[in-house]
Amino acid sequence: MKAAPFEYLRASSLDEAIEALAGTPDARVLAGGQSLVPLLNLRQARPPLVVDINRVDELSFLRKENGRLEIGALTRHRVVETSAVVRSEVPLLAEALGFVGHVAIRNRGTVGGSLAHADPAAELPAVMVALDAEFSVRGPAGERVIAARDFFLGPHRTALEPGELLTRISVPTHRGGWAVEELSRRSRDLALVAVFATVTLSGEVCETARIAVAGAGPTPIRATAAEEALVGGALTDDAIALAAELVAAATDPPGDLHAPADYRREMAAVLTRRAIARAEEGA
Amino acid sequence: MITVTVTVNGRTYRADCEPRRTLADFLRHDLGFVGVHVGCEHGVCGSCTITLDGASARSCCLLAVQVDGAEIVTVEGLAENGELHPLQESFRKHHGLQCGFCTPGMLATAMELLEENPDPTDAEIRQGISGNLCRCTGYQFIVDAIRDAAPGR
Ligand SMILES: Cc1cc2nc3c(=O)[nH]c(=O)nc-3n(C[C@H](O)[C@H](O)[C@H](O)COP(=O)(O)OP(=O)(O)OC[C@H]3O[C@@H](n4cnc5c(N)ncnc54)[C@H](O)[C@@H]3O)c2cc1C
Ligand code: FES
Ligand code: FES
Repeated sequence: MKAAPFEYLRASSLDEAIEALAGTPDARVLAGGQSLVPLLNLRQARPPLVVDINRVDELSFLRKENGRLEIGALTRHRVVETSAVVRSEVPLLAEALGFVGHVAIRNRGTVGGSLAHADPAAELPAVMVALDAEFSVRGPAGERVIAARDFFLGPHRTALEPGELLTRISVPTHRGGWAVEELSRRSRDLALVAVFATVTLSGEVCETARIAVAGAGPTPIRATAAEEALVGGALTDDAIALAAELVAAATDPPGDLHAPADYRREMAAVLTRRAIARAEEGA
Repeated sequence: MITVTVTVNGRTYRADCEPRRTLADFLRHDLGFVGVHVGCEHGVCGSCTITLDGASARSCCLLAVQVDGAEIVTVEGLAENGELHPLQESFRKHHGLQCGFCTPGMLATAMELLEENPDPTDAEIRQGISGNLCRCTGYQFIVDAIRDAAPGR
């Protein structure tokens, strides 16, 4: 199929983009296009106006600043994935990006586009929730910062108000071990279920644990109860098994032709066991 | 209508198109590069994969207006002076081309794979082309062709 007609604006600055979005309800931002163009082609999206931000250079950056990684919304997946700074400072993010579609998709897709698209089965939203990232957004009323945990409201629904753009993603760096475990129908497809974990140890004792799950609810799920159960003790088989049960209990998976809800919940537990064991090894 | 200027296989082209025109349709229908094959139009099959500013991209998941000023290589740009590119030659030798529908996208994907990893294992080749569907399912020959063309071997 072919897209329905729309007006097109190639924005050359953030202000110009914000102004255009504010002036046309239902206008859509175009970043990498890796989700939006297919939706246009299938006529699942029919915006009156598309605001192209590919020339807004101020949205494209990647740097370490005050112990955090600062990522411009327009920074392409592949740039982040292959960055030496990201590999050393936020290795969970680099590993997770390797699961986002195929290289050709990652060459064009942007970090901001993936987050704004807010697919519950996508990797980046869950990683950002696991890492306690913060998102800067800007609109006609100015700038505000939203915690990743408060950003995702439902499938393809975010805290972005009409006319607002995601501009910057700020991620704390992390030490210790990490792991991504994903189950998908095809290599590098969206997750049926994916678990993202980091662990730090002090001797044998688990000091911190962070666990988030994709594909197991309307938004990414942060498994706080499981994290609390792990912290302060050794990562014994029993402790990990309990955490896995708590993760499964925190999920609210959809069921479909490809994977019934029960199966996804059970897989969330299985993948959690694997993720924590692997994160512990690297810690 | 918007005017789009792109360099394709070393030559600069300028043409008008609607904003909704995908890069795939622009290359194929407006500029005549019919080696750009369109299968699914939503990024899944990989047959429309081209090289855009030095990196592989799905031309069906981009608007032509979005890449104004870009440098593109299509399958038509691989052969030089009537000589097939070594990767094309290897596809010929190993029978990696059956009906040819997936071939342009496979070649663009394999070119980038070999550039980044001059001596890939079979598993890495399979992973590398996992985003490209071959409806003739000739994957074994395609893997053989890519392995044999790897510069690091
Ligand atoms: C074959 C295929 C496989 C894929 N596999 C995966 C996968 O495994 N995992 C995964 O996570 N994704 C996958 N995707 C989806 C895709 O990779 C991401 O959703 C994509 O990276 C989105 O980024 P983009 O820059 O291309 O966004 P676009 O497509 O340009 O935009 C996506 C949405 O976000 C909005 N938007 C973009 N930027 C901003 C901004 N700065 N502020 C506000 N709104 C904005 C747009 O208006 C649109 O609604 C796949 C896609 C394809 C085609
Ligand atoms: S036609 Fe572009 S990926 Fe299928
Ligand atoms: S050769 Fe026929 S689709 Fe691959």
